Amino acid sequence: MIYRTSFGVPAWRLRGPFEELDLIRRQMDRLFDNLSDKSTSRMSAGVFPLINLTEDIENYYIRAELPGVAAGELDIQATANSVAISGERKTDNEGEDVRYHRRERDAGKFSRVVTLPGDVESADIEAKMENGLLTVTVPKAEKAKPRQITVS
Amino acid sequence: MTDAESKEIKVREKKELTTPAEQTRPGLVFTPDVDIYETDREIKLLADMPGVKPDDLTIDLKDDVLTLMADSCDARGDAEEDVYTEYNTGKYYRQFTLSEVIDQEKIDAKIKDGVLWLSLPKVEKAAPRKITVTT
Repeated sequence: MIYRTSFGVPAWRLRGPFEELDLIRRQMDRLFDNLSDKSTSRMSAGVFPLINLTEDIENYYIRAELPGVAAGELDIQATANSVAISGERKTDNEGEDVRYHRRERDAGKFSRVVTLPGDVESADIEAKMENGLLTVTVPKAEKAKPRQITVS
Repeated sequence: MTDAESKEIKVREKKELTTPAEQTRPGLVFTPDVDIYETDREIKLLADMPGVKPDDLTIDLKDDVLTLMADSCDARGDAEEDVYTEYNTGKYYRQFTLSEVIDQEKIDAKIKDGVLWLSLPKVEKAAPRKITVTT
């Protein structure tokens, strides 16, 4: 079904009922950004890198976009219910006789701790770095997985 | 003093393209951060495009306009539910007008760790020739 939305083009089914509010909020943020100098950021922890946390029945998945960081340069540590991701992102300084037209990519150290909402099996955590996208798969502890309870 | 240690990298939201030509499929379009610098022989462009594989990237150079287009796939599995979302994924699009004349045969592009390295060599200026005059 095609829904008519308040902003933008008629869209196919949006993910969830709040997608349109998210769209409106982003456009209002942009409007205010144009009026004032400081940027409004959404309610994130305000630490690099931004992460997305998703879950399914077996695992939690933490994803972060880290372009330019090789797998060996990342330091990931896990404790009982949190995962710490740290490292350094470098941009090459190409030498003296180059003329820069634009320099937008940031470099520097980063460190972030992500606390997970349930207990985890920290021994089985896997991390994969592919195309600049880090995916950390954190298996849930057995007692944290949902259990079917039969009603007799 | 403070130059000896690296500074902390600050967090920035991904920049969204505000007035794009409309896409055929609805979705977000972002402008990737780029570094552009120029040496005597070439122009080098580095673009941050995390989550982009070499197959998803299209680079076009036409009439001195360089267009970068890429599709970043959403890596979520089917059964996954969102718990906490701080960034969105979508396509990347950016256009540049090039001032120098570029030798199109020798353009070299590679994408590694989500960073596109684009090397655009400049056309070599014609070597000076002596012209002999015949009678």
